[in-house]
Formats: sequence, structure tokens, C-alpha cells
Amino acid sequence: MAERPAAARGGRTATHVTLLIGAAVMVGPFLWQFLTSLKTLSNAMKVPPTFTPDWRWSNYGDVFELLPFGHQILNTVLMTAARTAGQLLFCSMAAYAFARLRFPGRGLLFGIFLSVLMVPPPLFVIPQYEIMADLGWLNSLTALIVPGLFSAFGVFLLRQFFLGLPKELDEAARLDGAGPLRIYWSVMLPLAKPGLLALGILTVLWSWNDLFWPLIVNTDPEQMTLSAGLASLQGQFQTDYPVLMAGSLLASLPVIVLFTVMQRHFIQGIAFSGNKG
Amino acid sequence: MTATVTGTADDVRTAVPAPVPARRRRRWRHRGAEAAWAYLLIAPTGLGLAVFYLWPVLQTGYFSFTEWGPFGGHEWVGLDNYRTLAADDEVLTALRNTVAYTLLGLLGIPLAVMFAALLNRPRLRGVSAYRALFFLPVVTMPVAVAMVWRWLYNGDYGLINYVLSLVGVEGPHWIADPATALYALVAVGIWTSLGYNIVIFLAGMQAIPREYYEAAAIDGAGALAQFRRITLPLLSPSLFFVSVLSVIGSLQLFDLVYVMGGSGQSARANPAFPRIQTVVHLFYDKAFYTNDRGYAAAIVMALLVLIVTLTAIQFRLQKRWVHYG
Repeated sequence: MAERPAAARGGRTATHVTLLIGAAVMVGPFLWQFLTSLKTLSNAMKVPPTFTPDWRWSNYGDVFELLPFGHQILNTVLMTAARTAGQLLFCSMAAYAFARLRFPGRGLLFGIFLSVLMVPPPLFVIPQYEIMADLGWLNSLTALIVPGLFSAFGVFLLRQFFLGLPKELDEAARLDGAGPLRIYWSVMLPLAKPGLLALGILTVLWSWNDLFWPLIVNTDPEQMTLSAGLASLQGQFQTDYPVLMAGSLLASLPVIVLFTVMQRHFIQGIAFSGNKG
Repeated sequence: MTATVTGTADDVRTAVPAPVPARRRRRWRHRGAEAAWAYLLIAPTGLGLAVFYLWPVLQTGYFSFTEWGPFGGHEWVGLDNYRTLAADDEVLTALRNTVAYTLLGLLGIPLAVMFAALLNRPRLRGVSAYRALFFLPVVTMPVAVAMVWRWLYNGDYGLINYVLSLVGVEGPHWIADPATALYALVAVGIWTSLGYNIVIFLAGMQAIPREYYEAAAIDGAGALAQFRRITLPLLSPSLFFVSVLSVIGSLQLFDLVYVMGGSGQSARANPAFPRIQTVVHLFYDKAFYTNDRGYAAAIVMALLVLIVTLTAIQFRLQKRWVHYG
């Protein structure tokens, strides 16, 4: 290459040093969180701070006494699973129709869908809350799930995927006598797996971490999600910080594990939505 | 398949006029079936979006002209809410803070570009490990992130002030000090979104053909010149996307302020709270803490105007600096 080897090596070291410093700043808070979660309260409050944990694993059990943590884990899992399943099904149906079928009003309808994408969520919230209140759904799993079953973003993302599939596919299936439903289910869905995976992962991430909506509709601690439950402890400055750190770690762990296992798909999903959405 | 269309077009037109409409009708019926299926497939999401998203936007617009009683009833008050809003110090402060967050948050973009450029070096080892580490805060629950940082920022027991004390600096009570609270929150915001932006920039950079750089190197262009003349212009669509997203995201900042600054009584106890209050937090407070929903609706309509205006400005300016290859 045109680069001189010595200069390149020097630059390479500087690159790694910069990246390592950056990575340390990124990971440091998590390490400190983990360390704190294993301390006694008095050790955590020491000045200057100590780096020696007391290995108090019981802090992780104490979270379940501080909050109805078990209920909240279950609520979060069920909400996330239901929203993800619903979005994958409903969004892929609509996306297939928009991408592969011809019908009057297609452009107009899609435009209306896109307009939802551009409205900031706080604008929906008061009427959504009123609907939930009128239906008697407040403080229930239903309130957490229902509005999240529908997503304009999901339709948009999957439509991009369906548009990218070759035209010959449905033409061939059509000649073989398959109807739109059959083509959607047996031809398009299997081919759209990378798109479905990307949408699924993003929906899990957003749902699991969602705070605003769960905070508003479910105020009974047993009906809260993890993020709302943890947030409900804010302001109680007397709270046992080590236990709080243990709870925070436990609550974010599932998504971090999912990310570690499916890193490639995560990154692809983000890069895809980022460069085409 | 169909015997009637075996002749030439002339034959059909002159000799047998009837089959043409018949065939047309059959195709139309097929189209009709296709359209029916399409509407059926769209129906669940369409109805869901209509009931839970489209209609609510219109309702919020209507609510912004009403005043709510303690039991949920509301009456039309015309422009009253907007008049109050324009003179309300709390609203104006929240607006000013929100704009400050948005502008300061943009500082994260050059930082992300720098890290992406470092990661984009050819044959660099450990790219995926670095990328994963930088991405960690993106996937972590925002509430948990806010908790950790509140602990790190703690004025008495926080790690940050301890590290500063090692070099002889006495750190402030970061999020309880009006002078530093806003900047402390901006830093966490940048820290959280850095990995996401790096991934997008890195994908954009990797799409730039290597040959461009090789040709530039032969012409004697150094690394910096290559970055300025090749990378930046070709990365401009990603830069545009990230800056639009960053502005829209910052204007809706809530989670961090809610967890680190508090809400309701605890927020009022924090002397720095007026310096970090955002529009969405104020909206939440009015709509669900003090139950002043009409006024809250007006506040969030003002936010909509702000978002639409800033986004429109960005799209207008786009023509000057964004190059689509």
C-alpha cells in the first residue's frame, strides 16, 4: 500500500489506544454497577470509594423484597412477547399487501401509514389513556400490550424487504394457482426471515426498555413492568443503592444477553433501518 | 386456455365483439379479489393505527382547546391554553432546556464519526469486539442507565468526583447543581446513543469503494485530505439521517430526566430541576400528575410544531450539503 509501514504501525497503536479509552468509558459504568451490586450499603457509601466488593449476592434476592420484582419480570416478558408476535404478524401482512398486491388507494393508504411514523408518541398518549380507562383496562396486561401490537414502522421496514424480492416469485406461484394468502404465507414469509428477525429484535428491544406508556397506564406495582418498577424507586434517596444496582442489572440483562447472542442481526437491523429507513 | 383469444386482434374486434368485455370482466374480477385480499391483510394494522394513533392525534389537537375538570369532563375554552402557555415561565424554560439538549446533543455526531473512522481502518483487529462494547449502552434499559449514572454523578459517594479528587479537582453535585445538571444529562445522552450512530456511520463508510482512497493516495492526498474530500461528502446521507434522528430524539427526551431528576414532589425538591425539565416531562407532569390534560395537550402541540419546524429546516438545508451518490 502507499502507507509507509512505520507510520502505519504508529497510527495503528494510536487507533487502538483511542478505541480502548472509548470502550473503557462505555463499559466502565456497567463494571461499577456490577461491583456496587455486590457491596454492603456501608461499603458502597465509603469515601473514598473502594473497589473491593463484599460478594453480597443476597442483594439480588433483596430486589424481590424491595419490589414485586417477580410479577414485574412476568409482565415485561408477556408484554414484550405479545407485542413482538403481534407486530410480526400484522406488520408482515400489511407490508406484503403494500409491496406485492395492486389495489385502489394503495399510495394514499401507505401515505397515511407513513404519517403515523412521523408523529411524536406523546401526542397519542392522552387519548390512548382515555380509551384504556373507558374500557377498564388500566392496571392490566392488556393496557400494556394492545397499542403496541400495531406499528407503522414495522410495516415500512418489512415493505422494504418485500419490495426487494424478485417479481418472478409471486408470478410463478400465481401461475401455479396460489392465492394472495398462500403466496404471503408460504412464499414471502420464509424469504423475509432476515427482515422479520430485524423487526423482531428491534421490537423486543423497544418493548422491554419502554418506560413512558407502562408508567402511565399501570400504577399498581404488581402490574408494572421492570422499567416502570425501577423508575418508581427514583426519588427515594434512602434507597439501598447496591440493591438498586442489582435490580437494574437484572432488568437489563435479558436484552444484553439477546444482543450478545444475536449481535450480527442486531447490527444489521440497525444499519438497515438506518440507511434505508 | 381461452379459445376466444386465439385469433388476431382484428378478428376479435370485427367478428366477435362480445368476448372482449367478457375477458375484461374476468380479469377485473381477479383484480377485485386481489384488492379484497389486500384490504383484508391491511385491516388489522390499519384499524389499530386508526383507533390508537390517527384518531388520538386529532383528539389531542381538539383537547388543546379545552379545559379539564377534576372528574374528566372538559369544556371548550378556545385559545386560552395557548395564551397561558405563551406566558408560562415553566413552559418557556422547558422549551429552552429542550432546545439546549438538542443542540448540545449534536456534539455526539462528530464523536461518532471519529470512532467510526477509526474502526473503518483496513485490517484493524477487534472491530466487532469494539463495536459490541460501544453498542452496549444502546441496548441497555434507559432506566438502568439513568440509575447507574445518578450513582456515578453522586456528589458525595460518586466515582466521578473521586477520580476528579485524585487530580485535585472538587467536583460539583452534578445533577443537583443548577450549573452542571443540564450538561451532565447531555453527556449521558451522548454516551447512550454513541454506539447506534457509530454503527450507522460505519455501515456508510464501508459502502465507499476502496479504490477512491487508493486513487487519492496516488495523487498524494494525506489521510486528513482523504477524510475531508472523500469520506465526509460520501457519508453525508448517513450524517443527515443521524442528525434528523438525533434532533427528533432529543426533543422528546423523557426517561433520563424522569429517573435522574425525579418527578412530582421529588422533582420539586431538586434545586437543579428547573434547569433540566424538558417539554415531554412537563407534558407528563401536567397530564398525569396534576391532571391538567387540556393544558398538557397544548404543550405537546407546541412540541409538535417545534419538531416539524426543525425537521423542515433540516430537510431544506439538506440540499446544500447532502450528496446522494
